[in-house]
Amino acid sequence: MSATPTEIRNAAAEAACRSAVETLSGAQIVVRLLERQGITTVAGIPGGAILPLYDALSETDRIHHVLARHEQGAGFMAQGMARATGKPAVCLASSGPGATNLLTAIADAKLDSIPIVAITGQVPKAMIGTDAFQEVDTYGLTIPITKHNFLVSSAEELLDVIPRAFTIAASGRPGPVLVDIPKDVQNQRIEVTEWPAPGLPEPAPAADAAAILAAVEMIAQAEKPILYLGGGVVHSGAAPLAVALAEKASLPTVMTLMALGAMPVDHPLSLGMLGMHGARCTNLALDECDLLIAVGARFDDRATGKVAAFCPGAKIIHIDIDPSELDKIKTAHVGIAGDVGEVLRALLPLVQPTLRKRWLSHVAGLKVAHPLQTPGIDDPRTHYGLIAAVAAALDDEATVATDVGQHQMWVAQAYPLRRPRQWLTSGGLGTMGFGVPAAIGAALAEPQRTVVCFTGDGSILMNIQELVTAAEEGANVKIVLMNNATLGLVYQQQTLFYGERIYASKFQAVPDFIKVAEGFGIRAVDLDRADQPRAALAEALNTPGPCLIHASIDRHEKVYPMVPPGASNKDMIGG
Amino acid sequence: MNALTQNERNALARAVLELDVNNHAGVMSHVVGLFSRRAYNVDGILVMPVGDGGKSRIWLLVNEDARLPQMIKQVEKLEDVLAVRRHGADHAVFERLEEFFQA
Repeated sequence: MSATPTEIRNAAAEAACRSAVETLSGAQIVVRLLERQGITTVAGIPGGAILPLYDALSETDRIHHVLARHEQGAGFMAQGMARATGKPAVCLASSGPGATNLLTAIADAKLDSIPIVAITGQVPKAMIGTDAFQEVDTYGLTIPITKHNFLVSSAEELLDVIPRAFTIAASGRPGPVLVDIPKDVQNQRIEVTEWPAPGLPEPAPAADAAAILAAVEMIAQAEKPILYLGGGVVHSGAAPLAVALAEKASLPTVMTLMALGAMPVDHPLSLGMLGMHGARCTNLALDECDLLIAVGARFDDRATGKVAAFCPGAKIIHIDIDPSELDKIKTAHVGIAGDVGEVLRALLPLVQPTLRKRWLSHVAGLKVAHPLQTPGIDDPRTHYGLIAAVAAALDDEATVATDVGQHQMWVAQAYPLRRPRQWLTSGGLGTMGFGVPAAIGAALAEPQRTVVCFTGDGSILMNIQELVTAAEEGANVKIVLMNNATLGLVYQQQTLFYGERIYASKFQAVPDFIKVAEGFGIRAVDLDRADQPRAALAEALNTPGPCLIHASIDRHEKVYPMVPPGASNKDMIGG
Repeated sequence: MNALTQNERNALARAVLELDVNNHAGVMSHVVGLFSRRAYNVDGILVMPVGDGGKSRIWLLVNEDARLPQMIKQVEKLEDVLAVRRHGADHAVFERLEEFFQA
């Protein structure tokens, strides 16, 4: 987790006061630069090639090191911190397997545009290229999955590279940055006379004013517009502006998986999540719209379905901070490259207040005729009912993380998300194993909140070792395990699209998760055995500290509606 | 670089890209990796340092297909790429090299 820009500047000013010429190792320089950056928590695992950095970390009490049990866990803890706060977070790993174990978490951060700075140890410079013990080409491996990466060749370079890593991670479209530091560079001692300013995000270039005017005109002309919000709205802190635009121009609003929480789901204009598992009314409304206003969204295939059939009659306004997203999948009639918050701020006063009675009442009709079906939502022993019962026991201050699979989609559909950054989920990469460590990271970054992690029996086993980290840190995470002893989405696809040939998706052996949790040192509650599941759930959720809440669900339950992969969004199955 | 026959090469419309980049280890890897992992054919590459060696210039001879504008945008996103200019395939830089590439 990291501090606000003001805190960073204060910390830097304080550090400047004690500036004199100091002789420091590269490792000490890194630690000092992290302190100046306002970093207070890092997650990682030590090993030979990063031991100098750990030695330097042991000398500071301003940074809390969280000892993960697998580097992928450390990477997702950093992601949890970054997703919850919006600020760059740090993970550490040694060379070789330490670095390769981080890769999945880094790739996940790239696809969801999450600002993390991964620092890895590397074998000494003289040994690079010799197949040294625990040597791997970390730099080469991370080129395609980072926003940028560095192989540092001297201690002096660290004074430039570390602040730049934070600037790059947080500027424009956020993303992961990796800094690979050979062991001899960590040990190299140099005189430091002056410290660089902490790396802060650079402002985005101003958007094209003419394009903004063109967008205003298109919104005024539209009869059946829809606002389509993506994760960029959350990253930019633009959710209130997006809601204000929707209200001023009467825009029914859909959200991608990444944008959930940007507009409260129970807002009258909200149509919830679009795409593969969106409600029928949502995809049907999109099918009819004549103007699609995409804000910080990238027309992902799970959102659009068959692209040629997505919003077939609509003109498109596309606002995104990343110019390469404009015209990538769908050609926009008006493309605006810029920070979505700044663009919306410029757009809002120019948009005429409009009451689109006809369109809004038509959309309201679609919602009544084709709502999301949530069978069993009043029964806490069903999947939807369990989600609703968890939500009922918590308020909007709670943070909701998920793993990946059926449970993730059910929560995305049914949890009443109402706050940006309330929702932490692996969207682009869809990484099973994301949930538990990301929830731990979020809980460490914002200890005042309860963090719920919905997971499945498949996902949780992919980073189960981090339960002991949760115990060690006393992290306030409540892991709600929806156990159907199945890789549910695989089972669902085999059932629907592979002639019910169920293969390698039903687990023959299933661990006793209650014993597993207790064995790792965290409390466990089995809702299957609770006489009053709602009361047991509320008690478990509202008792501080880590807890695993186990509930069996039926493996035959499906995520509906479902757009078959490659099909048009209006061709939904079920629901 | 995929192997193409001379006939295929002649049949394809091509473009020349001129990139100003920072000159340090890894920059070439970032640039060519972007093309190779999208299976975008690069027919020719020419790189030399410019000025005091702090910067380099990369010339790429590439196929011109519908993905080229997206490729250019992706190249522009690389931290070490300072500028990208697009030229026609008849740009002199590769024409003059032909004598070094006689079969």
